[in-house]
Amino acid sequence: MARDDFIIRIGGDTAIGGVISTGDNFTTAAARIGFRTFTFRTYPSEIKGGQAWFQVRISSKPVYSLGDGCDILIAFDQEAYELHRASLNEGGVLIYDSGLVEPDPDGNIVRYGVPFQKIAREELEFVRGTNVLILGVMAGLFGLPPASLEEMVKSRYKRRAELMEKNIQALHHGYEYTKKIQKEDRFWLGTADHKARLVMTGNDAITAGALHAGCRYFAGYPITPASDILETMASQLPRFGGVCLQAEDEMAAIASVIGASYAGAKAMTATSGPGFSLMTELLGLASMAEIPIVIVDAQRSGPSTGMPTKLEQGDLFQALYGGHGDFPRIVLAPASVQNCFRVSVLAFRLAEKYQIPVILLSDQSLSHRTETIERVDTDVYPTTERLRPNGTNPEDYLRYQITDSGVSPMAIPGLDIHTYVATGLEHDERGHPRLSPQTHEEMTAKRFHKLEVARLDIDNEELCPRYGAEDADLGIIGWGATQGSIREAVDRALADGLKVAAMHPRVLNPLPESRLREFINSVDRVLVPEVNYQGQFAHHLAASLGITPLRFNKIGGLPFTPGEIHSKIQEVLVHA
Amino acid sequence: MPDGTKVAQAPEADVLTVKEYKSGDKPIWCPGCGDFGVLSATYKALAALQLQRHEVVVASGIGCSSRTPYFMSTFGLHGVHGRTLPIATGMKLANPDLTILVMGGDGDLMSIGAGHFPHAAARNVDLTCIMMDNQTYGLTKAQASPTSLMGHKSKSTPYGVVAKPMLPVLFALASGATFVARGYSAKPNDLTDLIVQGIEHPGFAFIHVQSPCAEFFNTYDYYDEHIKDLPPGWDRHDLKAAVDLALTEENVHLGVFYQEERPSLSKAVRQFEAEHKQFDLVEYVQRFS
Repeated sequence: MARDDFIIRIGGDTAIGGVISTGDNFTTAAARIGFRTFTFRTYPSEIKGGQAWFQVRISSKPVYSLGDGCDILIAFDQEAYELHRASLNEGGVLIYDSGLVEPDPDGNIVRYGVPFQKIAREELEFVRGTNVLILGVMAGLFGLPPASLEEMVKSRYKRRAELMEKNIQALHHGYEYTKKIQKEDRFWLGTADHKARLVMTGNDAITAGALHAGCRYFAGYPITPASDILETMASQLPRFGGVCLQAEDEMAAIASVIGASYAGAKAMTATSGPGFSLMTELLGLASMAEIPIVIVDAQRSGPSTGMPTKLEQGDLFQALYGGHGDFPRIVLAPASVQNCFRVSVLAFRLAEKYQIPVILLSDQSLSHRTETIERVDTDVYPTTERLRPNGTNPEDYLRYQITDSGVSPMAIPGLDIHTYVATGLEHDERGHPRLSPQTHEEMTAKRFHKLEVARLDIDNEELCPRYGAEDADLGIIGWGATQGSIREAVDRALADGLKVAAMHPRVLNPLPESRLREFINSVDRVLVPEVNYQGQFAHHLAASLGITPLRFNKIGGLPFTPGEIHSKIQEVLVHA
Repeated sequence: MPDGTKVAQAPEADVLTVKEYKSGDKPIWCPGCGDFGVLSATYKALAALQLQRHEVVVASGIGCSSRTPYFMSTFGLHGVHGRTLPIATGMKLANPDLTILVMGGDGDLMSIGAGHFPHAAARNVDLTCIMMDNQTYGLTKAQASPTSLMGHKSKSTPYGVVAKPMLPVLFALASGATFVARGYSAKPNDLTDLIVQGIEHPGFAFIHVQSPCAEFFNTYDYYDEHIKDLPPGWDRHDLKAAVDLALTEENVHLGVFYQEERPSLSKAVRQFEAEHKQFDLVEYVQRFS
């Protein structure tokens, strides 16, 4: 029987080039005619050279994770073959450049050797057409209509007629070539539904959400894997009356975001771990002076420079606890590309409503992968405007007034006549420096009280969904981009007859405590899978809810696969 | 983004006097501190320009001089050590109609925040940066600063400063500041005039003020003796002459070293009209189809 849900992995040295673009082009062409896709990519952090790989899972049905291993491996060179052959699933397909790769004999896989580079050089006389030639071969072997690829080549080279012609020729050459190949595998795409869908990365969705929420000031400093947010903001913000600044460093980036927000703009910065470390002092200022800001931290592997192009969920402690002194902040973690949009809008809503810094934790895999999504929700979270001192007599205005919600009216220079000094010194309600024990106690409590009020906004099903068995023995609590793999693992465990459920909060501080407690009380054991060594979320849950969950940690720079989590569920419920 | 031209909610007094720019809080500086003179000159400059209090923001970092916002009746932000220039850059970009004063000391602007200074100058952020230079750390009590002279003995340099002092005027000129001046806190009327010119200048205006610390490093006698006007017939548009003087001066020249016109950052980023003021999500996401 044909398999219409499968994983293609492409590997090769970036010095040869085209690994990522070949994958992206195949994905775009497939998504345009209605296939669902889920990509994963990882680059070497060298400028040129080193192994890159791209993976796309493709299906006519929705897909939620990158899946397990790969079904089809396209090896550009010997090193790629050696690096990935162990990941090739049984019955899988190896496609390799027969001029460059010498595969071992192996009975469990199907092999198609094609001298891609030789054909491009000698028959097409167009070496740069190798990647498009490969696309033609992929289309012919696995049932992607070549017209969809031709469309894409046309749009990509619409201003360069000669290149367009040569690429189309290479595409057809590849497609025709497959007629000479005896197909021995069972992978064949079903019929696509030709519905228009969007292909976005996590960073695309975060940026779209920010613009939708009214973000009109952005400042950032280039850093992998957050630079494309800076680049998109630089090109898009001016179109909507906004401003983007490439700052001289991350301290300047967040400082200018604080200044812009003080002056009335909805403002954001985006960075990764090293940059976030530099921002920490100013994070405290934003919380102390109660200035709304949004910080995106696209986490990457390791402390210090670590592994800049790999992922890790290693900045949670920093997001939750980083900084000197006691101060509140809100921490969010979107669970998929689609969810990045909603959570990005939510970040602004919470920042503006509670006049507090909001940290949105993405990671390298979520920020850079693409997903096919049905649509972007146009009706999410009506934008909140911050509380202003309307009608108050300026003489009586208290910028840091103690209120039931902890939120005080914030005057905007130029628009309100209620002048005040925003300050990082401990202060009284008017904003005057006051360093008495009583003031510090009252004002710290006021600032933290906002988290308790915010908790009521987020302790709900939408922001803390539950999935799986109603009556479960094992409850999995995950965060961030692991959602898809957990969901598929739960599906497989349910099919095994195991009673498993999962909960995936999008807000990590304040925690949706009543939803989590109800879930925890309904299961016998709790498992927390996360891509870090210390079990940072498990630690946070233990500290906040007094539970001792089972920890399941993965490090190494790659995301969890559904199979890894499924095996862990079996280990806990069956083999224990 | 706020559009400052649109919404001033209430008109202010017809004529604002110096008194109206005072917050009523008494400065916490030591008797004889140069910063009193700078504060007084700032009040006078705002009154001379009749600026509305709610359209002025005084931003500062950490240090004695950075306490200034509390003594003003304008808007203010008292932030963290060294980051005032980027904070002020964000303010100006968010609302270009605001008048922004950055007040800081030699530690704030030339040491911990020195990495931001050349970028704010190069971008020509339209603000007035007033640096109160007392050549010492006052708030932490008498350590050496980046403008302390070589050999200066302090609690943190008991055997004498070994670094060459930074030359703030030269640094500003080299960084691309479009208005560079020097004043002296004991000459508040001349300083008032410099601050007025700095605020009126449409770009990054840097005013280096010798503002002695009476408590830890009293230099009044030295400056009373060494201050000097700029040479007669000084051409403030001659960058090379300004650099040459800043590099070689043995006396301490007061006045406007240099001025040029260059588009300010907040103008440059808005040089074209936005295509669509309104963000349309449905249209925007078409780029991902």
